[in-house]
Amino acid sequence: MPLWWPLVLASLLFAIGVYAVLVRRNAVLVLMGVELMLNAVNINLVAFDAWFRDVLHGGQTLALFVIVIAAAEVGLALAIVLRVFRTHGHIEVDRLRELADRDLDPSTGSGRRELDRRGVR
Amino acid sequence: MTWVQVVFVLLGLVAVGSALLVVTTRNMVHAALWLVVTLGAVAGVYLVLAAEFLAWVQVLIYVGAVVVLLLFALMLTRAPTGPQTDLDARRALPAAGVALLVAAVLVTTVVAGFSEVTLDLDQAIVGSAEMTGATVFEKWVLPFEVLSVLLLAALIGAIVLSRADTAGAEDDEDAAAGSSDTADTADSRGRGGR
Repeated sequence: MPLWWPLVLASLLFAIGVYAVLVRRNAVLVLMGVELMLNAVNINLVAFDAWFRDVLHGGQTLALFVIVIAAAEVGLALAIVLRVFRTHGHIEVDRLRELADRDLDPSTGSGRRELDRRGVR
Repeated sequence: MTWVQVVFVLLGLVAVGSALLVVTTRNMVHAALWLVVTLGAVAGVYLVLAAEFLAWVQVLIYVGAVVVLLLFALMLTRAPTGPQTDLDARRALPAAGVALLVAAVLVTTVVAGFSEVTLDLDQAIVGSAEMTGATVFEKWVLPFEVLSVLLLAALIGAIVLSRADTAGAEDDEDAAAGSSDTADTADSRGRGGR
């Protein structure tokens, strides 16, 4: 099998993950895009491991570590998502603008509420 | 084409097709379920590429744990189960353009760089459980231990973040309105029980 077959598969999965991160509004769906990108990287690592055949088995071991880190990341991210849902009542990432350095958006009204709360006029 | 190549191409098509469904479906629960198909197909790709232990870890952790966590998150954030029209931002077209550009750059790079190389899977060292275990515990012990500390830190972080009665909770109460009421009642119930 040519080496570029798994690499192309990984590239396509990575691009699909990029699309999900850019376009989805729900934070959980954004997380799914991140998972797709991590899996693409893992395919790369495994393919190069099968090609190099080195004694350290670095590719497969690093892929294993990436899976563990991804599990930790999902656990933390879901805690943050639940926290945001508890404080805001939604988890739509493009409406979470309290930290944005820009003018208030009159259509969504986000940012105004935060300023009202602090007594800023 | 040998049968290994046929299996690989089929698994790749399943992975890419279901990944496209993950990012385009209008139903959030369906997105999580299509993610199961994608991750399963990727596990099959690992098997073809002689990473046996990794394939089972993928099935156990990703399909078993991560997707269940995602489904729990959808459930706890009261995601509607029916199809929805406002899941995508209005910037879908430029995002698709960026994703296509990413795919084009990566594909041309890897094809230009590795089009000559063939992967001899008959000679590949199969990453069985024995092989992977020996490698991890003989040559990668320090990263493995660091990783266990990282997991512990993530565990503590997740617990601290999801506790209802941390210091920031009072500040957010007026902003939270309805949603924090459930947390407060749960909190007071916990205090009453004590």
